[in-house]
Amino acid sequence: MAKVFARPKALADVVTHYCPGCTHGIIHRLVAEAIDELDILDRTIGVAPVGCAVLAYDYFECDMQEAAHGRAPAVCTGIKRVLPDAIVFSYQGDGDLASIGAAEIVHAAARGENITVIFVNNGIYGMTGGQMAPTTLIGHKTTTSPYGRDAAVQGYPLRIAEMLATLEGPAYIERVSVHTPQHVNRAKRAIKRAFANQVEGKGFSIVEVLSTCPTNWGMTPVEALQRVADEMIPYYPLGVFKDIDAEGEDK
Amino acid sequence: MGEKILMKGNEAIGEAAIRAGCRHFFGYPITPQNELPEYMARRLPEVGGVMVQAESEIAAINMVYGAAGAGARVMTSSSSPGISLKQEGLSYIAAAELPCVIVNMVRGGPGLGGIQPAQSDYWQATKGGGHGDYRMLVLAPASLQEMVDLVRDAFALADKYRNPVMILGDGMLGQMMEPVMFKDEEVRELPAKEWATTGTRNHPGRNVINSLYLQPDRLEAHNEHLQRKYAQMAANEVRYESVNVEDADLVVAAFGSTARIVRSAMEAARQEGLRVGLIRPITLWPFPEEAFQQAAKTAKAFLSVEMSAGQMVEDVRLAVNGQKPVYFYGRTGGMIPTPEAVLEKFKKILGGEA
Amino acid sequence: MTHEMIFAGFGGQGVMLMGQILAYAGMLEDKHVSWLPSYGPEMRGGTANCTVVVAEQHVGSPVVTRPNLVVAMNLPSLDKFEVSIKPGGLLIYNSSLISRQPGRNDIEVLAVPANEIANELGNDRVSNMVVLGALLGKRPMVKMESIHAALRHILPPHRHHLLSLNERALASGQALGNSN
Repeated sequence: MAKVFARPKALADVVTHYCPGCTHGIIHRLVAEAIDELDILDRTIGVAPVGCAVLAYDYFECDMQEAAHGRAPAVCTGIKRVLPDAIVFSYQGDGDLASIGAAEIVHAAARGENITVIFVNNGIYGMTGGQMAPTTLIGHKTTTSPYGRDAAVQGYPLRIAEMLATLEGPAYIERVSVHTPQHVNRAKRAIKRAFANQVEGKGFSIVEVLSTCPTNWGMTPVEALQRVADEMIPYYPLGVFKDIDAEGEDK
Repeated sequence: MGEKILMKGNEAIGEAAIRAGCRHFFGYPITPQNELPEYMARRLPEVGGVMVQAESEIAAINMVYGAAGAGARVMTSSSSPGISLKQEGLSYIAAAELPCVIVNMVRGGPGLGGIQPAQSDYWQATKGGGHGDYRMLVLAPASLQEMVDLVRDAFALADKYRNPVMILGDGMLGQMMEPVMFKDEEVRELPAKEWATTGTRNHPGRNVINSLYLQPDRLEAHNEHLQRKYAQMAANEVRYESVNVEDADLVVAAFGSTARIVRSAMEAARQEGLRVGLIRPITLWPFPEEAFQQAAKTAKAFLSVEMSAGQMVEDVRLAVNGQKPVYFYGRTGGMIPTPEAVLEKFKKILGGEA
Repeated sequence: MTHEMIFAGFGGQGVMLMGQILAYAGMLEDKHVSWLPSYGPEMRGGTANCTVVVAEQHVGSPVVTRPNLVVAMNLPSLDKFEVSIKPGGLLIYNSSLISRQPGRNDIEVLAVPANEIANELGNDRVSNMVVLGALLGKRPMVKMESIHAALRHILPPHRHHLLSLNERALASGQALGNSN
């Protein structure tokens, strides 16, 4: 009998530390499938963040570097400039990428570094125990916004995909979600595209993936997925924000 | 043997790095070291390398982390406030055991301070700077020729120990011109680094560059491994210059450009019949303790002269360990001690007035 | 003999270059040399100075507070550095731009109408070379050929058509230094 479903080669055969219902597992798998399908595992170097995905260096079967908080795009830059033929990706959460590492992501994008960034946005600091993130929605209660995020006190959540799309440097920016199987399929296409772009030398590609945190949102996994549809997507609309190939077609 | 060239200190470092096989430089502008990133931006493309001007010193040191992890000989440079920003990265680099060379052309502090020469980053360089138990080799040249020679050694030492190495200069050494000679063959083949993350097609197994150890026992084991390495560095890599110490009543400690000023003062003192000697640490870490312990047997007193409010003097006191009095003379803020003032201090100490 | 010298003037008078050429020439003769600029905001439009040491032995301090030779190309430089010269030392000042007489009587003083001589040669910009020539007339610490060789090294090729003008300026200054 033909095997129709198996663990991707790029995904390590280990038990992850992620909470039940967390979508990091899905996103890891999509990254691994993209690496497999493009047959780039032996020349891929991943950079893990600080945050829930801090142990990602144990979960992918490629060479990995663990970066300081927020600095993954700078670390990727260093690797890629030394090894231009390597496929270099960072896997970062919203605290890491959009808060402490805001400068690094903006400038890696502006330089058009030929790297792939997987940005997982669940609107909260998960690893440290549910504090407010730069992407936490207005009104959302976290341990450091216990009365709900109030714009007058804590300001507004950042839309990273839209922000980076104003830059000349990036080749491809898309926001996707993984809260339904259809969305997972679309996310898969986006992630593969972001890696393929690098293989083809097209430049900086980032996929923002809306994700859940049942544990720190205080929800069941199903409620959490529903919240993505009801609250996250209205503020963080899905879609392609930049695509140099599509721009070419328009002309 | 090459020919002598008159070069600015900052540029001489750049050329020495390139000849040592460095092809990647990540920097950010700050006075008084700008000629170094500028030189690299001009020269590296000529030899197939690349200089990236990072968005901050923080990004620059993390680019160094990535590049060093990918197996390259890599350098960054800055001056005091910028080096403060690099401390996080340095701690990670030391913990992940990545070889690289960091140049600090020290300027007056604290805070934004000034842009004139200082040595007030001695503690930061030798006692950690970033968090955790780690050490860097710290090399302190006193002339441009020595700086050129030490840059080459710095890359070799970094690779040998898989450890960051700092060149601690100051604004004066960066800005001044002196003849330099690039004596050695250019490095064309780098030592193999089987631990580097170059892709699994290039090495057996999977390589991970990391400094996270969540199990306390594993982190302790990692620390013990690092400490064994630091002990080896301390045992093998001490460098210093000693002048006129054998018969000296007063032994002066000074490093870098300050040591040259002390040397001028010492020569003037000798002409007046004052028996003054000089111990010039070339490695600030590891500190040449033994040289001071030996000198303590014969000297009557010690003096540390620094462009700081008194930092290295603590290491001199630790080495001398109360056997003889240890005095201090320093200027701060970018003020440079004059040979005349240093000579006065010698006379006060030897005359019992200090 | 160790020559500890300060060259001072305003930006554009070529005082940094004067010092560099002298240091380079010293190096070509295997002497020990150092060149240390003042750097920082004062370099941007204000007065500039550099310290040059030419020695037979190693150069101790590249910083000199009591020079035995000062070149002052403008009045603020004379005001600042005249007092610092060691007794018996030499002061060379640009009498084209400085009208006051130096006050010290324990040093040797040489007035060089540098801009006038340079203008006679056809270019005001070589006043620095006139002064450097005068310095070598008074203190022949390096050979004139070495200065010429240093000029060739330091001036970029697209400026080499100015070499003979610079050499004439050096010669005029040297003659003046020799005879005073």
